[in-house]
Amino acid sequence: MSLRATLRRGLDRAERGLDPLFGPDWNPLANLGPLGWFLFWIVAATGVYLFIFFDTGVVDAYASVEWLSNDHWFHAGVARSLHRYASDLMVVVMLLHLAREFVYDRYRGKRWFSWVTGVPIVWFVYMSGITGYWLVWDQLAQYVAQTSTELLDALPIFAEPIARNFLTPESLSSRFFTLLVFLHIAIPLILLLAMWIHIQRISLARTKPPRGLAAITLAALVVVSLVLPASSQGPADLATVPAVVGLDWFLLGLYPVIDMVPPGVIWTGALLFTLVLIGLPWAPPRAEAPAAKVFLDHCNGCSRCVADCPYGAITLVRRSDGAPFLHEVEVDAGRCVACGICMGSCPSSTPFRRSGDLITGIDLPERSLAALRAEVIEAAAQLTGTGRVLTIACGFGAGGAPAPGRVVLPCVAMAPPSLFDFILSRGLADGVAIAGCAERDCQNRLGRSWTLQRIARERDPFLRNRVPRPRLLTVWAGPSEVARLEAETAGFAEALAAMGPYADQRPLDPAEARGAAAATTARAEQIVEAAK
Amino acid sequence: MKGRARHLILGGLVTLVLIAVVAWFSAAPQWRSLPEQTALLRLSFTHGGDRSAACRDRTEEELAALPKNMRARQICDRRRPPIFVELEVDGATVFAAERDPSGLAGSGPSRVYERLLLPAGPHDLTVRMRDRPDTEGFDYEATRRVELAPAQSFVIDFRPAEGGFVFH
Repeated sequence: MSLRATLRRGLDRAERGLDPLFGPDWNPLANLGPLGWFLFWIVAATGVYLFIFFDTGVVDAYASVEWLSNDHWFHAGVARSLHRYASDLMVVVMLLHLAREFVYDRYRGKRWFSWVTGVPIVWFVYMSGITGYWLVWDQLAQYVAQTSTELLDALPIFAEPIARNFLTPESLSSRFFTLLVFLHIAIPLILLLAMWIHIQRISLARTKPPRGLAAITLAALVVVSLVLPASSQGPADLATVPAVVGLDWFLLGLYPVIDMVPPGVIWTGALLFTLVLIGLPWAPPRAEAPAAKVFLDHCNGCSRCVADCPYGAITLVRRSDGAPFLHEVEVDAGRCVACGICMGSCPSSTPFRRSGDLITGIDLPERSLAALRAEVIEAAAQLTGTGRVLTIACGFGAGGAPAPGRVVLPCVAMAPPSLFDFILSRGLADGVAIAGCAERDCQNRLGRSWTLQRIARERDPFLRNRVPRPRLLTVWAGPSEVARLEAETAGFAEALAAMGPYADQRPLDPAEARGAAAATTARAEQIVEAAK
Repeated sequence: MKGRARHLILGGLVTLVLIAVVAWFSAAPQWRSLPEQTALLRLSFTHGGDRSAACRDRTEEELAALPKNMRARQICDRRRPPIFVELEVDGATVFAAERDPSGLAGSGPSRVYERLLLPAGPHDLTVRMRDRPDTEGFDYEATRRVELAPAQSFVIDFRPAEGGFVFH
């Protein structure tokens, strides 16, 4: 098993531990991005509120922070603590988010954009926090200001060393302090812009956590702010050195390193770290299947695939072939990860077709609907006895490994609902198990939601009413839950055996079987060609 | 306890503990940036080397080649000369360096910012600077005996208007 697979299983196991406590949908580890946004807004709102009471003068800054923390602890003091603790929590959430996307391999290939645009966010979060600490103008602020400016002065871009502003009590002017306030407003605004850019290449980006999780987080922040209020560390005095300071290890954890290591090493390290992070998506790049392809003869521009694509890779454009429809769809190959969700959403994706080639409106060149039908027929041939279960599995979930009677897909939402109908009505199996990835998080973002809504007949393409719902099983299980998938599938098989065979079967006719065989041959040829 | 109530309570408790840990680490453990019984001495100033040493008078031919309104007699290099700074503590040279002028054209001032940790107590400080390349020895020099307290921040600045080196 590769290192990444091991890490993925480990992380899945750790996340699974939080499912019983929060519920899969509120699991904080599956909501790190939305939580980051939520914490940003808490920090922004409390920052605006604190600015009402904050005095930007050098002498008055500390006094105003003390006043709001002590005399008005019940509103402004709580706001200050919320401001600090939400910022710290944002760092935790951001670093976990970064590590998680790396482990789940969501940073390479066509998903490089979100990763690369996330790298500056890391630095802007730190810069926002560091400039915030300056404003309190206590001893920690003095330490942070002096250390930061000495580090900046190592860059040969300032004519006058900025650190000279902090040499003596007389050298720091209120005007310079106003500049620091401006920085603490400007940098978070740039951070917000960077966060907005970060989510531009995904559709329906989640920028709000589930209400329950948001309520829990906010309530816990308020309680901690009341019990452990943030405090200052004595007024700054430039005639002395703040020899001992209580550090914020989330935002200022690198400062001891800055104290001990020459500035050139720090800047080189920061630059290398940034370049390595930016370069990770290409080291090595992920081998991805070719992008989805549109077949205009079978596309009426209904836009279901546009609505379902999790990556915003499909757009509706004016019709170009003279057919009597207003629109057609266009795939941006630079964004398409070949998850197949579009194929599952296309009303033309029906495996029942017997006349002509099985071609749909939008198809995957390397794994066409025809090939999928053939794979299903082939997998069904491996099933024997009563209570036969054909499993349609997600490659990133518990059913990701090949097994008899199982078809593994990049996403279960690649399978159109008509495929389940086809499996049952052609007697290929007595029931279908849809084994997606863990309930808390879908590898392809929206695949689980779309699958559930389609089979609940809430989202087009709907599962036909004739399909008996008891013959479909949905199991949402991560890579560390193989045993649960097997147990649930075995239980399902027993239930199917008790139900008996599906009554409305119309067995596969020779034309369909021949078509399947031809598609299987074509698929085998494709694989051989790819191997060359 | 079922459903969302369970998640609110258990999830809330877990979140509360996490945020309490975050709050604790937001101000602890403490970091000592300066060893005990130590003071910080900083030698910091900006000063442009004297360009006049490298000036020369134009020849008559050079003047004649210039438009009438540009015939300044003296020509000076735009680039400033480097300065040389030396600091002695208790008779020992702890810093001696030449500092080039700043700016792409070398027309800006030279910058000095040096940190030095000293044991608290009395010290004899001598600082010298040469800002003209043709000077033998130093153009500026100052000596001071100081009594440094633990964690004191002591600064040596340079202000030509005040006659040279200034001790804070």
